[in-house]
Amino acid sequence: MDKFIVSGTPHVRSKDSIQGIMRDVLIGLTPAALMGIYVFGINALVIMVISIASAIFFEYLYQKLMKKPITITDLSAAVTGLLLAMNMPASAPYWMPIVGSAFAIIIAKQLFGGLGQNFINPALAARAFLLASYPTAMTTWPAPAGQAVDAVSVATPLALLKAGDITVATSGDMVNALVGTVGGCIGETSAIALIIGGVYLIVRHVISWRIPVVYIATVFILTALIGRNGVRIPQYEILVGGLMLGAFFMATDYASSPVTPLGQIIMALGCGLLTTLIRIFGGYPEGVSYSILIMNLCVPLIDRFTEPKIFGALEVKKS
Amino acid sequence: MQALTFKRGVHPPDGKALSAEQPIKVILPKENSELFFPMSQHIGAPCEPLVAVGDYVKVGQKIAESPAFMSSPIFSSISGEVVDIRPMLVPGGNMVKAIVVKNDAKMVEVEGLNEAHDYTTMSNEEILNCIKNAGVVGLGGAGFPTHVKLNPPKDQPIDYILINAAECEPYLTCDYRIMLEESEKVVRGLQIMLKLHPNAKGVIGIEMNKPKAIEAMTKACEGISNITVQPLVTKFPQGSEKHLIYSITKREVKSGALPASAGCIVDNVDTVVAIERALFRGRPLMRRVMTVTGGAVKNPGNYKIRIGMTMRDIVEAIGGFKEDNPPAKLIAGGPMMGPTLFTLDVATVKTSSGLLCFTAQEAFIPEERNCIRCAKCVDHCPMGLMPFMLNQFAIRGDGENFVKHHGLDCIECGSCSFECPAKRQLAQSIRATKKIEAGKKAAAAAKARAAAEAAKAKS
Repeated sequence: MDKFIVSGTPHVRSKDSIQGIMRDVLIGLTPAALMGIYVFGINALVIMVISIASAIFFEYLYQKLMKKPITITDLSAAVTGLLLAMNMPASAPYWMPIVGSAFAIIIAKQLFGGLGQNFINPALAARAFLLASYPTAMTTWPAPAGQAVDAVSVATPLALLKAGDITVATSGDMVNALVGTVGGCIGETSAIALIIGGVYLIVRHVISWRIPVVYIATVFILTALIGRNGVRIPQYEILVGGLMLGAFFMATDYASSPVTPLGQIIMALGCGLLTTLIRIFGGYPEGVSYSILIMNLCVPLIDRFTEPKIFGALEVKKS
Repeated sequence: MQALTFKRGVHPPDGKALSAEQPIKVILPKENSELFFPMSQHIGAPCEPLVAVGDYVKVGQKIAESPAFMSSPIFSSISGEVVDIRPMLVPGGNMVKAIVVKNDAKMVEVEGLNEAHDYTTMSNEEILNCIKNAGVVGLGGAGFPTHVKLNPPKDQPIDYILINAAECEPYLTCDYRIMLEESEKVVRGLQIMLKLHPNAKGVIGIEMNKPKAIEAMTKACEGISNITVQPLVTKFPQGSEKHLIYSITKREVKSGALPASAGCIVDNVDTVVAIERALFRGRPLMRRVMTVTGGAVKNPGNYKIRIGMTMRDIVEAIGGFKEDNPPAKLIAGGPMMGPTLFTLDVATVKTSSGLLCFTAQEAFIPEERNCIRCAKCVDHCPMGLMPFMLNQFAIRGDGENFVKHHGLDCIECGSCSFECPAKRQLAQSIRATKKIEAGKKAAAAAKARAAAEAAKAKS
């Protein structure tokens, strides 16, 4: 008797895999991570290692306890861990990335069904949780390499902008913001490294250009139009703070961003608008993480209203 | 000429190199082998046998037909004795009543075979009758009766007759070989179709990965003013009827409508050759070209088979499988849309375009993971659907939302499953739910009809 496999079509599959995509995201994050270590020293590396290791551990622990298949090899927990570390200051105490990873993996991701089911970005949710719980530790910024060597801590460019300390972005300020030798979270300061990583993801078709380009362009245009204290330096505003990290790596999180092309543009517009409003008019100097989290909540609604027109759609009869 | 195409779609590895350069070889059934002629090899009413067990049938003899317009008669492709009439497995997995003929290998032909017709002096009705009486159906896969397709409602004038020579399914090369080896027959067949619709333009659409076919067909069309060859971008599913029409004419066939509503008739290469043979040589549809390929086949190639042979007979006739790398999966047709077979004892029918024999390595299907909402399926669905969402409705058994979100418009091309990095069986779950929902729809319609009739009877 013959024995043949019977299965549904199609019988050929592409080489893409979840692991491959997550590996690409890790590669995309590498330039910014390396810059973080260069700018903030070895402590940045330690925070990243602790964060990644604990994210993987909590995913394993949860799946083991809940008797679910162990999926740590898909690297999604590693991505979350790395993103969380990159959203923390290098001076954070070592227990903080552990607490943050536990929140990201267990509360934001696994309790809602695991990979692909989280309705908000787990790393950002954990960052918001840490920021609310330990505001001082989360907003103490160690001095970057090559600057203020004697200072224990510095202010971020956005805090300076808010205080009106920067009224003209000099070419020196611009270079610092591009390279990343400014105060801020481990992975957010080097705009050029984040752009290189982001372009890599776009070229590899891991993310589309829509969210990062529209998000950054919205912030650029709005800050150019509104300005602060009568000063308009949009070219500087888009380089500083968490915008590049958020636009390329956080707002593009598959599970918490729209699936339709139009929906992705709407989400990016919303993120850009909220970021600008919080930065200029809000109580915080920075608004990237909250604006992405708020837009995450709108994703089901956006997806519902932006379903693409099907091929050969029947014209709606006007009565 | 600029290559045309449609939006979205995928680029599967094409696997055509295995058989593309193999010229078409004729294979004949062995003496005393049994051939099976299922009563339904087309869309429409099944046929009823015209012969009984014990009868002697000849090559080209009509052995089954149906009085319905939407049907197509069936012819014996060999001579021999009818030994049985019983259900037989056909590709797709159904058991269909079939006439079983034992081949006496004498190839005795029925009287009147080979009678050429001069189509230029025939009326449209005579041409259509000739095509109907030759049992010609769409040989690309669907099996739509060709005489019905060529005779659209009078209020739907035909502007284009398109020859679907995209052959976008990976591995299949039968249409390619026909275009290289029988290009003049394709052109003559198309001219017959254009005689029926004199205001239409004939366009032969060929994917760019077949430059030799484009060259051969262009040469064969030289000097014929109403036929052109149109190169198409190599992309799956370029050969889907609706997408071929869109690529060439930029017209969208509306949901649920037939191509004629967009002023188009689409026929596959081998179908056009069948039309040519019916008129020029007076031969009904008894054989077709089939690609037998895949890593497990000793001699992959393109074979002209007698319709009715079993897949087992065909594999035997072409030298069998590799001993060191036997097949793990059999596919009737191409790897994107062809159904799997669980045995080789399956009758070939008019629409059998290929037999693909995958080794264990080629047949590997990775494990399903969570959907990560990467939207690759949305980006690639040629119909503009949201496959991941339809998959959720399918799993939940939520037929209402499935229909509301256009699940019934899915053409089952498999582009979504092909692209999915989580390796989800998107196309499969959508196909299954489509069947359930289409069944419900038909049942509701039947109930409504019955209720209406009952109300009528009362009054």
